[in-house]
Amino acid sequence: MSVKTLQIDGKMITGSDGDSIFTVAWEHGIHIPRLCHIGGISDVGACRLCLVEVEGQRRLQASCLTPVQEGMVVHTDTERLRAQRKLIVELLMAERNHVCAVCVANGACELQDLAMRLGVDHVRVRYRFPSLPVDLTHERFGMDHNRCILCTRCVRVCDEVEGAHTWDVAGRGAGCRVITDMGQPWGQSDTCTSCGKCVQVCPTGALFSKGKTVAEMEKDRGFLKYIVTAREKGQWIG
Amino acid sequence: MDRLGSKPRLATIWLGGCSGCHMSFLDLDERLIDLAGRVELVASPISDYKDFPHADITLVEGAVANEEHLTHVREVRKKTRILISFGDCAITGNVTALRNAFRVDDVLNRAYRETAAVVVGIPSGNHVVPKLLPRVRPVHEVVHVDYYLPGCPPPADAIWQLVLELLDGQQPAGDVRRFG
Repeated sequence: MSVKTLQIDGKMITGSDGDSIFTVAWEHGIHIPRLCHIGGISDVGACRLCLVEVEGQRRLQASCLTPVQEGMVVHTDTERLRAQRKLIVELLMAERNHVCAVCVANGACELQDLAMRLGVDHVRVRYRFPSLPVDLTHERFGMDHNRCILCTRCVRVCDEVEGAHTWDVAGRGAGCRVITDMGQPWGQSDTCTSCGKCVQVCPTGALFSKGKTVAEMEKDRGFLKYIVTAREKGQWIG
Repeated sequence: MDRLGSKPRLATIWLGGCSGCHMSFLDLDERLIDLAGRVELVASPISDYKDFPHADITLVEGAVANEEHLTHVREVRKKTRILISFGDCAITGNVTALRNAFRVDDVLNRAYRETAAVVVGIPSGNHVVPKLLPRVRPVHEVVHVDYYLPGCPPPADAIWQLVLELLDGQQPAGDVRRFG
């Protein structure tokens, strides 16, 4: 496997050919913010939080989808990037009804944590306050569209790890939603195996176990590493 | 930043919120005694005033939900040097703004007609109870806000830190607390 040498935030770093800037940076302790990436499934560049500056390129690049190249000079934490990321989180907060105080994931939410980390103490754009449904038709789980950020982790884990492909995305722009099967209620899905992987990878309180109330929904993502290690290395180790 | 006088004038007001932020303020406990020595408390939700007095620092709890909130917070802004959006309802609308996904008439009908055991009418804009605004709004949508103190409620330690920094004439460190 060939090795690429590049500079990230002034540090000389080596990464394997084909690895993304994001992966290589994290391996070297440079924690680029993200909401749609999760180790073990493919990347789609949906959240735009991992944007980085690459010298010689005018546009910002999604580091999860940009492979490392020899001699690359990357900046992950500049004034411009901090401003962009802050605005992205504010737009996410304004787009749907993320009422942290009454959320199952309060205190265990990646969006809430990231807002704090990026210094979001208020949202400068107008809140949209859309009227969105909550699907409680599944026997064990619930889907609250008010809290969905369309990261599509649920779609990818269901397709790539569980192999069911129950989840997908429908609609465009502000009408975009994750759906189960062809848009029927989750409880009527023919393909859902009720494995709960989607619930565990969801970064917010959009997908949750029924019976959880405010601040009770903690996600456990250990299974993902376990399954992926087993698949790639044939070893059943956590 | 401007120096405040030797005994700065502190005020707190309560708009569309549950008063939990004020309860958290009371959780300053024995620090309230220190605070009382350092500031003059010129207005609070339990003090009686016709016109809001001039204040150096005002903590604004709650979202702007009705017409009275709107006129009150505008007057407070004119008479306050440093205005703090105090807690999630003031900053995001929070629980107070959950009704924004519906029309005001539908919300009032639901609460006072459809689910009421005894229907006596709708208490909004009847010259006794102020009229609800079509949409609950965060404070910074209607007046300029100087500092934000998130949390539902903001922890007493966070309140103490910000108030002390302002009283000491320091630029607040800007340690951001979580929403919720």
